[in-house]
Amino acid sequence: MPHKPPTQEELEKRKIVGVNFETVTDVSSTDFPGHYPGEDHAWDIERFKKGFSVEFHQNDPYEASFSLIGCDASIANAFRRIMIADVPTLAIENVFIWNNTSVIQDEVLAHRLGLIPFTGGREGLHEFLKWFEKPAEGEQPNCTDYNTVELSLDIKCEDNDDADSKETDPTKLYHHAHVYAKDIVFKPIGRQEQYFSGENIIRPVNPDILIAKLRPGQQISLTMHMHKGVGSDHAKFSPVATASYRIMPTITITQPILGRDAEKFQKCFPKGVIGLEKVTAKEAAQKGSGYRGHEGELKAVVVDPKRDTVSREVLRHEEFKDKVKLGRRRDHFIYLVESTGQWESDAIFLESVSHLKAKAKSLEQQLVNMVR
Amino acid sequence: MAARRDSDVAMDDAPTSHQPEVKDDTMVDDEGDDFDENEGEEEEEEVEIQRVKLLPGSTETAASFEFANEGHTLGNALRYVIMRNPDVEFCAYAIPHPSEAKMNVRIQTFEGTTAIEALEKGLRDIQELCDVVTEKFVKAAADFAEKKAATG
Repeated sequence: MPHKPPTQEELEKRKIVGVNFETVTDVSSTDFPGHYPGEDHAWDIERFKKGFSVEFHQNDPYEASFSLIGCDASIANAFRRIMIADVPTLAIENVFIWNNTSVIQDEVLAHRLGLIPFTGGREGLHEFLKWFEKPAEGEQPNCTDYNTVELSLDIKCEDNDDADSKETDPTKLYHHAHVYAKDIVFKPIGRQEQYFSGENIIRPVNPDILIAKLRPGQQISLTMHMHKGVGSDHAKFSPVATASYRIMPTITITQPILGRDAEKFQKCFPKGVIGLEKVTAKEAAQKGSGYRGHEGELKAVVVDPKRDTVSREVLRHEEFKDKVKLGRRRDHFIYLVESTGQWESDAIFLESVSHLKAKAKSLEQQLVNMVR
Repeated sequence: MAARRDSDVAMDDAPTSHQPEVKDDTMVDDEGDDFDENEGEEEEEEVEIQRVKLLPGSTETAASFEFANEGHTLGNALRYVIMRNPDVEFCAYAIPHPSEAKMNVRIQTFEGTTAIEALEKGLRDIQELCDVVTEKFVKAAADFAEKKAATG
């Protein structure tokens, strides 16, 4: 039997995961050689290039949203996982506590300090600073200017003599009643001066993070060492608050939804997903369109399926059940990357791509070694 | 397909996920010994320990590989690109035990190529793919910035 190449419509249909009232359909990818007899689904970089696109929705330093269209979930998921667990950042790793008479215990304080996100000169952070090698048991750590950043926190709470006698607010009654992230001082060592001075100084992303509360006579005095690390070791090293993707929802209205029904239909979805338009004279004149004799009435149209949460509320209503088809596009991933501030959020994604490439490259070399 | 092998591979000895504890003396080559780490000069990182191993019971066209310190991140992506190779009859990955940092990939190919070649091609395809993603992403970001600047 000679093979008929698939129509455009058929190709589009293959990308859709069906979402029904209780069930889902066509969940797995089918773009593998041999799945459709007579069709060529071999990996081809040129074909991938043609079918793949990126679309930005938002690109701010702390938040970026973009779509990868035309790639498989396994690839999209690899990028997401790498962004969370494998892109390195600098965070406080060791805390040397000289004195801590506050009510917060040393280990709790150290943990809180570790979680504070820091930022600084990008060139210094990403290129100048290198990995810190953990010393072997019993050996001295090799801390140098290119693998360790030193910070200190020296603060003492004292009475404020100028405070009003009726004052009850501890922040006015005492000096340094609250210890904030901005109280942490960066001490450049060696060549760090060159990369981390002026606006490039190493500093907390948010200066107002509350670290501890003190009362007169209490003090905290400690030194901290920051090292580079990855999220798979500890979440404090993750460059993202969250990096996630959704799969693009699709909504297909199969039969006209008009008037009061259209308004109700619109309410079944989040704001902005469904719009209301007047039925035009042309549509009303069209035979079999279902709009005959409804000129000027409002009809429901899909405006922005991306905003849908696929709650399936619409399928709970008897009158809409057979008039709409919900689904998701299997190869369209809407990412949301929220940076903690050490990287630009779009740079985190780019770094994840080059990380995957580097990983594949080093393993290719390993494979060659293995065969030898 | 005509190229299908007719006899199965004998999977005799050794459970597939347990490697003898003798680590990597199979490979250490070239600069194996002088591990002077203040050799700060970059690019080709010091020769790493061998992270890819061929599991026992493998033949030319049907092999299992063990990757140390890899997980679902690479496993699933690699499985996908290898499955897109028409010379590959079967490809799957597994993490035999969650508390062992190991990932296994099983590849069976049709005659005419080998499992090792298929794995190598898979790793190359991932690299090419990454280049395309980077290229398109950078362009999309630039276009977006331009559009944003234009609309104020």
